[in-house]
Amino acid sequence: MTKFIDLTLNGISTGAIYAAVALALVLIWRATRILNFAQGAMLMVTTFIASGVIDDTGSYWLGFAIALLSGLILGAVVERVLIRRVESAPPLNAVIVALGLYTLLVAVAGMIWGNSPRSFPSAFSIRGFKVGGTRLLFSPNDLFIVLVVIAVALGLAVLFRATSLGLQMRAAAFQPEIAQLLGVRVRRMFTLGWALAALVGALAGVLVAPSVFLGPNNFDPILIIGFVAAVMGGLESPPGAVVGGVVLGLALSYVSGYEGSALVPLAALAILVLVLLVRPTGLFSATRERRV
Amino acid sequence: MLTVEGLTTDYGPVRAVDRVSLEVPDGSVTAVLGANGAGKTSLLRTITGLVRATAGSVKLDGEDITRLAVEQIVRRGVAHVPEGRGVITELTVEENLRLGGLWRRGGAARPEEIYELFPRLEERRSQLASRLSGGERQMLSIGRALAGRPGVLLLDEPSLGLAPLLVAQIMGLVRTLAETRGLAVLLVEQNARSALSVAHRGIVLNLGRVVADQPSAQLASDERLRHAYLGF
Repeated sequence: MTKFIDLTLNGISTGAIYAAVALALVLIWRATRILNFAQGAMLMVTTFIASGVIDDTGSYWLGFAIALLSGLILGAVVERVLIRRVESAPPLNAVIVALGLYTLLVAVAGMIWGNSPRSFPSAFSIRGFKVGGTRLLFSPNDLFIVLVVIAVALGLAVLFRATSLGLQMRAAAFQPEIAQLLGVRVRRMFTLGWALAALVGALAGVLVAPSVFLGPNNFDPILIIGFVAAVMGGLESPPGAVVGGVVLGLALSYVSGYEGSALVPLAALAILVLVLLVRPTGLFSATRERRV
Repeated sequence: MLTVEGLTTDYGPVRAVDRVSLEVPDGSVTAVLGANGAGKTSLLRTITGLVRATAGSVKLDGEDITRLAVEQIVRRGVAHVPEGRGVITELTVEENLRLGGLWRRGGAARPEEIYELFPRLEERRSQLASRLSGGERQMLSIGRALAGRPGVLLLDEPSLGLAPLLVAQIMGLVRTLAETRGLAVLLVEQNARSALSVAHRGIVLNLGRVVADQPSAQLASDERLRHAYLGF
């Protein structure tokens, strides 16, 4: 029973990170119909930047803030410089550009920071909470991860549902031409969508880095799992991404705890195949198939 | 006042709009008539900048807006109600209306003012626009354009697919809006008879060219034109 509780708690905190990665992918998919294969490399770069700031200043929180800020800037720059050129081209062009960016960032990161993984500090203690003499597999840092991701998800919900800016972003994503005819600066909304997505991605990077270590390729598995979570949520829906992330976190935590951690990537892909076979529009999506 | 001079639009080798000139004074309705493929929709899309003109100019109260970006043209008070209604079905009725007035910041019409014109929309204000009927979508689309308090209203086939009674209502409203709010309305229609019943002036396009430009009563009584281009 203790093991079940431990695995559940652990699943929720890793699920929160998957949810953040899934959110980053969903925000871009919604805004520009592009799957950002470079997201893993982008959050790797922002986490390296954070690591540098933490090493130089000794302040975790300054590094944390710089990671988010650099994510925001990197997302906007990538959209304006690279993606804007292929937005109206066939979707495959954007995929190739994103893959190219991934390769480029991984190579450049290896040249600047080296290819051997390094450790990354956590915000709070990673020693589990003690309840009635037993130590849980859930630490203050896990609690922090869950709360931060909840805050980000709520913040995004408020942005999209309750503000004029969010309304314009949704309009630009759903019907760019109509939005333009209503005076919405559609291009700016796309840039903003990428910036926000990369910010959420950067957040996921600093949250997960303590457990996967920091190296040019260390975030690849998280990206694959985040992608599965996004698909489970229907790719379109930010709440779906969050639910998908947590459900997947739980499922993979049980697999890892009861069957062995080597099976985790396999299980993630098996779940992906299952979801695509049974409900290709996602488990939680209410939207119908999109006509193209 | 909207002034179009020698406007020409090409899609590759195909000339869709060919040296079109027209004027829409404030407080009046000008109907643009003609068969499928005559260039009516292309004309509107060129005016709002969705398609770039090859030659010619579009002026709004004397200011040249031909080369401006779409959203800048819209923000000068040119509202374009596209063909096929163009409501954003993933948003609610009220969100669609709010969106139409956002660029005006404080100066937009409140949704309540639009509901006075279209009471049907108020009953459905919090529903997704995908739940609306064709007529309601047309009302929403026009209402949303009015939310920004435009000076020029471009309507693309508002009668398409609507029941005759509803067509008559919408056409009547178009005329009233023009006259009470001083709007310059450019009304693109295939339904020439109902468009001419509310328009002050009628323009007939054929293969992108203006073949007639007359007061609407005169146009409606010209048998030759009617038979050749208008089908009634």
